[in-house]
Amino acid sequence: MSSDISKKPETVNNAAKSQTTGNTAAKEPFLRIAKKDTTSLKNKILIRALSILFALVLDALFIFFVTGLNPFAVYGKMFAGTFGSSIRFSWAMRDLVSLLCIGVALAPAFKMKFWNIGAEGQVLMGGLITSLIMVYFGQSMPTWLLFPVMFLASILGGALWGFIPAFFKAKWKTNETLFTLMMNYIAISFVACAVNILRGQASSLGKLNMSTKIGWFPMFLGQRYNINILIVVLLTFGMFFYLKYTKHGYEIAVVGESENTAKYAGINVSKVIMRTMAISGAICGLCGFLLVCGRDQTISTSTAGGNGFTAIIVAWLAKFNTFYMALIAFLLTFLSKGAGEIASAYGLNDFAASIIEGIILFCILGSEFFINYKMIFRQKDKKGEN
Amino acid sequence: MRLKKTLCLILALAMTLMMVACGDGNANAGDAGNIKIGVILVGDETEGYTAAHMEGIKTAAASLGIKDDQIIWKYKVEENSTCYDAAVDLVGQGCNMVISNSYGHQTFMVQAAEEYPDVTFVSMTGDFAAISGLDNFTNAFTKVYESRYVSGVVAGMKLKELLDNGTLSAQTQPNSFDANGNVKVGYVGAFAYAEVVSGYTAFFLGIQSVVPNTVMEVMYTNSWFDIDKEGAAAEALVANGAVIIGQHADSTGAPAAVQKLLDNGTICYSIGYNIDMLATAPTAALTSATNTWSVFYKHAFETVMKGEKLEADWAGGYAQDAVAITKLGESCAAGTAEKVAEIEGALKAGTLHVFDTNTFTVGGEKVTSAPCDMSFMDWSTMTAIYQGETVEAIKDGYFAESEFRSAPYFSLRIDGITEDADPVQ
Repeated sequence: MSSDISKKPETVNNAAKSQTTGNTAAKEPFLRIAKKDTTSLKNKILIRALSILFALVLDALFIFFVTGLNPFAVYGKMFAGTFGSSIRFSWAMRDLVSLLCIGVALAPAFKMKFWNIGAEGQVLMGGLITSLIMVYFGQSMPTWLLFPVMFLASILGGALWGFIPAFFKAKWKTNETLFTLMMNYIAISFVACAVNILRGQASSLGKLNMSTKIGWFPMFLGQRYNINILIVVLLTFGMFFYLKYTKHGYEIAVVGESENTAKYAGINVSKVIMRTMAISGAICGLCGFLLVCGRDQTISTSTAGGNGFTAIIVAWLAKFNTFYMALIAFLLTFLSKGAGEIASAYGLNDFAASIIEGIILFCILGSEFFINYKMIFRQKDKKGEN
Repeated sequence: MRLKKTLCLILALAMTLMMVACGDGNANAGDAGNIKIGVILVGDETEGYTAAHMEGIKTAAASLGIKDDQIIWKYKVEENSTCYDAAVDLVGQGCNMVISNSYGHQTFMVQAAEEYPDVTFVSMTGDFAAISGLDNFTNAFTKVYESRYVSGVVAGMKLKELLDNGTLSAQTQPNSFDANGNVKVGYVGAFAYAEVVSGYTAFFLGIQSVVPNTVMEVMYTNSWFDIDKEGAAAEALVANGAVIIGQHADSTGAPAAVQKLLDNGTICYSIGYNIDMLATAPTAALTSATNTWSVFYKHAFETVMKGEKLEADWAGGYAQDAVAITKLGESCAAGTAEKVAEIEGALKAGTLHVFDTNTFTVGGEKVTSAPCDMSFMDWSTMTAIYQGETVEAIKDGYFAESEFRSAPYFSLRIDGITEDADPVQ
């Protein structure tokens, strides 16, 4: 396959030549696009690497001609955004797992072709319930009990937020995309309302239980958020095996491929939809718990920070394989950290940094086209020339 | 083979990038001067409040010979744990001074301050540095209520002119007078916090110092920056009869709305905030109350450069030239400039106090005692995060605003001002 790619310029040249010589006999279109059956791993890696290289070249042009900076220095800063120091790297890992956790949560729903656009709200509900328990029961409950209670309550909160649209979908065939999307706004309003109550006469909420630190994750290997990383790694493995090797996972795959096939095979489709969405929501709720206890120690409408939507890209690009999700989440985190560092280091407006980030993302997404499709150029004179 | 070659190429590129990254780090570490400043901003240069701080920092740095590469900026840092990250990251980049410009940054800044005792942290507009028990964590605020008072005097002069020459009377604009013949003015406020209450009260007292028989309606937007809501609030206030619209919110929404109403024949004028509003409202804007942040920043940079400790609370007003009003608009009454100079001189000299208890009443009575609790509260559990003293704010016949703490704490509701219960929609 790699030889095909290397010959592309040649075939283009041939085509050009045949035009200049006035050869108009060919009726075959100059370029055809056909779906590839399979692509070898080697080629997948190669295409993706080339797409990144192409993006770097495009970005270099943008950086040089628009901002007037040295592209290599800018790339250096971008790299330093994640790898500049050990603490930056650990923050990148923390942000990666925040995104990955939601991606993992979305995987079963998406695999079932249930478009759960409501992760943002499910995370917020988990986080909100965690915060309320932390504040109102923190002092009356011993720590060994508080954490399991927050853990379970956040899971229940998220699961409920995922279950409601699934129930309506299973019973009355409502549109889950709109339903889950709307549930986000309800959750955001709940959180905004709770924040207004919690902050009292202060103009902003600040950290919860700031004087007692009750309900904050304990330090683990030097950081509170290391617990988040550990739990999400476990979840990533768990979800991979759940989808691939369990009966539930199989049912999800069948329902996703064809509901009729599933019915014919005796699968209770309604039950699978509701169960899977409850699981999806539950993991989102758990993510809210991790964000509140391990990362922020507070709650706000931006606790999920748009990750509920970004995770859709993560889950989709990885084709619901949780390990690929980790890679994609890393890439997205790397890009956003890099963009932030570029904006800070060069005093660039962060829109400029976002353009650099966007070009890379665009090229990587675009490379999926070359992985799934092949371009067939007109190759009339191939034999004669060689 | 081809794959290997490509991989080699990519690896080589990655290594080059790493070397570039390392090279930059070394260059920064070698700078002259013993100050490196990290700045955490809630917005960027496109947002007025942050732009004013950036301007102040740049002006102060330029006057002290601090080079551009001795300042590291972090833009659009939210009021959550990203603020802590940004602070720690700035320390990691060698900053020995870290400044944040929004109130909500403070609980995250203090966390970083606890971990890095050798670095000076300044949480602008924050309110618990003095009771935090940390000597490397500080707050600063301007006495902007002084410039609001002066802007109120400007508005009062205009009102007096309108009343004296008969332009504004119970015949020409009957809606602008209440049942007792008081003239109505209005104020667009962001939130019902002490900072805003202190500001609108000062503004109102400034007007009353010229035209005693006035009443004021305050309408909240529940947002620091919302052009549409601020415009709508100004329109609603003018519809209720207000002749002057003051504001404590960051956009140009109110002056723009007032200008439109003035052009349509209503008698109404605007007093802005932060920036000169003459571009937005050439004939309706009289002036704006502003902060001159560079005064504080210069003081703070100098202190750190000398290796000294910055005070826990810094509050500067006219005496330090830290507050001002912007250029007077063409619609200002004759003699305004002279009056302003006189009032500013008195504030500077300390002979005039904005919250003089002889000039206002609460519930019909003169205020003789105003205990203020300086504690930083966790309102969700009703516990004090940092326990402060309860101070008596009334001394020598005036309310001593910004003297016990830089952040405002005047929250008395004085007679003549009504706050709308519901924010503007």
